[in-house]
Amino acid sequence: MLDKDEIEKVGKAREEWEETSVKKTTSRFPERKAEFATDSGIEVKRTYTPEDQKDMDYLNDLGFPGKYPFTRGVQPTMYRGRFWTMRQYAGFGNAEESNARYKYLLSQGQTGLSIAFDLPTQIGYDSDHPLAEGEVGKVGVAISSLADMEVLFDGIPMDKVSTSMTINAPAAVLLAMYIAVAEKQGVSMDKLDGTIQNDILKEYVARGTYIFPPTPSMRLITDIFAFCSANVPKWNTISISGYHIREAGSTAVQEVAFTLADGIAYVDAAMKAGLDVDEFAPRLSFFFNANNNLFQEVAKFRAARRLWAKIMRDRFHAKNPKSWQLRFHTQTGGSTLTAQQPDNNIVRVTLQALEAVLGGTQSLHTNSRDEALSLPTEDSVRIALRTQQIIAYESGAADTIDPLAGSYYVESLTDDIERKAKEYIDKIDDLGGAPKAIEKGFIQKEIQDAAYEYQKAVESGEIVVVGMNKFQIEEQPPKNLLRVDPSVGEKQKERLAKLRSERDNAAVKRTLAEVDRAARGEDNLMPYIIDAVKVYATLGEICDVLRGVFGVYQESVIL
Amino acid sequence: MSRPIRVLVAKPGLDGHDRGAKVVARALRDAGMEVIYTGLRQTPEQIVEAAVQEDVDVVALSILSGAHNTLLPKIVQLLREKGAGDKLVVGGGVIPADDIPYLKSQGIAEIFTPGTPTSESVEFIKSHVRIDA
Repeated sequence: MLDKDEIEKVGKAREEWEETSVKKTTSRFPERKAEFATDSGIEVKRTYTPEDQKDMDYLNDLGFPGKYPFTRGVQPTMYRGRFWTMRQYAGFGNAEESNARYKYLLSQGQTGLSIAFDLPTQIGYDSDHPLAEGEVGKVGVAISSLADMEVLFDGIPMDKVSTSMTINAPAAVLLAMYIAVAEKQGVSMDKLDGTIQNDILKEYVARGTYIFPPTPSMRLITDIFAFCSANVPKWNTISISGYHIREAGSTAVQEVAFTLADGIAYVDAAMKAGLDVDEFAPRLSFFFNANNNLFQEVAKFRAARRLWAKIMRDRFHAKNPKSWQLRFHTQTGGSTLTAQQPDNNIVRVTLQALEAVLGGTQSLHTNSRDEALSLPTEDSVRIALRTQQIIAYESGAADTIDPLAGSYYVESLTDDIERKAKEYIDKIDDLGGAPKAIEKGFIQKEIQDAAYEYQKAVESGEIVVVGMNKFQIEEQPPKNLLRVDPSVGEKQKERLAKLRSERDNAAVKRTLAEVDRAARGEDNLMPYIIDAVKVYATLGEICDVLRGVFGVYQESVIL
Repeated sequence: MSRPIRVLVAKPGLDGHDRGAKVVARALRDAGMEVIYTGLRQTPEQIVEAAVQEDVDVVALSILSGAHNTLLPKIVQLLREKGAGDKLVVGGGVIPADDIPYLKSQGIAEIFTPGTPTSESVEFIKSHVRIDA
């Protein structure tokens, strides 16, 4: 940066510019708003100068890619070595239909799979459970047993494809099924590469697919950490998610703060369970939203990386540099999509995807234009994937690392977001950590307040959503939406009835009794769950055993 | 003076998307209505029981799971069975336009889709509920 004298010169010149040129212009043409600010309440100034970065210490604040504090990225060469993983979240209907969609996506150049499960699966109910009525196969694929999982991965080489599974409360069961199917393909678990979301804390505040209360849920999570660090070393054991917090209406700063506060809680829990931080921390991964406001979002990713590195090194005393690295997946912001003039969503997604790339994401899902209306069609998914490919291959954005570094504005935003997120984390620490803050409703209330403020600003026209509250047109209802075959639920029921009559029910009973015994004691649950899924005990049966031991979570309704 | 309109905001189905439900609940409250919010994962039976017990005028259902064609008509049917068929039932969420005529034929008075201003929902409720003081 410039030396002190030069900064002073810049300051004087800026003041003069404000007094003369700016005043002259604004006296005749006032600016669009009296105050400019981001959704996080960060003031946006007319322009930024070296004065805003006069305290920057390049080596300590930014450093180099692949080096602490990783502000500029987690790898030394980033996308010059290999592009981010293009990973479209997909799944609907039964295992056959989803298997076909995955094969299509892989044939189109997608480089990793991302499995969407239906809601009964995510909440640990089989497709034939009464609460599954009308929900089977709707928002993802229905997986009730290993038999479904075998079909889901039929013909997909599990030693070559990395798989991300959006599964939380019953993550241990789905991971067990994945391991069991891979074994049948001749792939041992030490070769498996992928991620389970496994982030229960954000389910309580933002996503809603919890089953068990926090304490046993945290035990399941730390059991997975321990099992994987010994047996599935390449697996990302958790994807600590800010995505859904943002979708629920949080600001960018809240997204960073609440996600890292959850991360702190998981590290605490694992260390309390006796794990060594450097054994499990390198396998922690994160998941963020790429929302509107291009520069704030890029700064957000950079700030999150720097803040996490400091937390892991200074707070938890991790020694392994891999424990300091915040690696993350990004999805473009679903709630920014409009049902009105849906093709405009392609443009929104393009900008958001660019943010993720400029911010150094490790993998990316781009939303499809029709997602405010229904599940995406194959055509829409292809355009979304092509958007990533155009950014990668045509835009040049991936050719140098962290290209916005040194922008006075982006560096100032990065500092502001880190500072404000840190303030929230301190507050959550004062409340006793993320689980306590959730119990008290603090995090939920903060998110809801932000969501309501946003809605009011949209309705007053202060925030413009193109095509929705401004620039509207008369439109016909959209055609060619994807519809899930309504007979999926019935077919799943028949398939389950057949499974229950044909499998070795004595073995099911025996292995479920072992899961029950382990859940009541302190053994790691994973090996018992693997034994149970291998004899085709269903997801619902295993979760019922755990419900019996652990109980179920009761939402504290906050309005 | 007439009493305020009473509304039950409920989440049928298994999805956890409650941003819309909570925003609408607050907007209705700010518009002077009395609002009760059920929380997530309510069965049709639970919702109807709450509606009857709380003696609400309006049942506002938020659903984004795709199970609307199964669950919404069931709630109207159960309300009628309990002698509470006079309550105004409205819905909101990611609901395809093609499904709306069917839902209306089943007794859902209106469906509010993404992008609807809360003021529109408020107006609809105010103009469709008659309070006999």
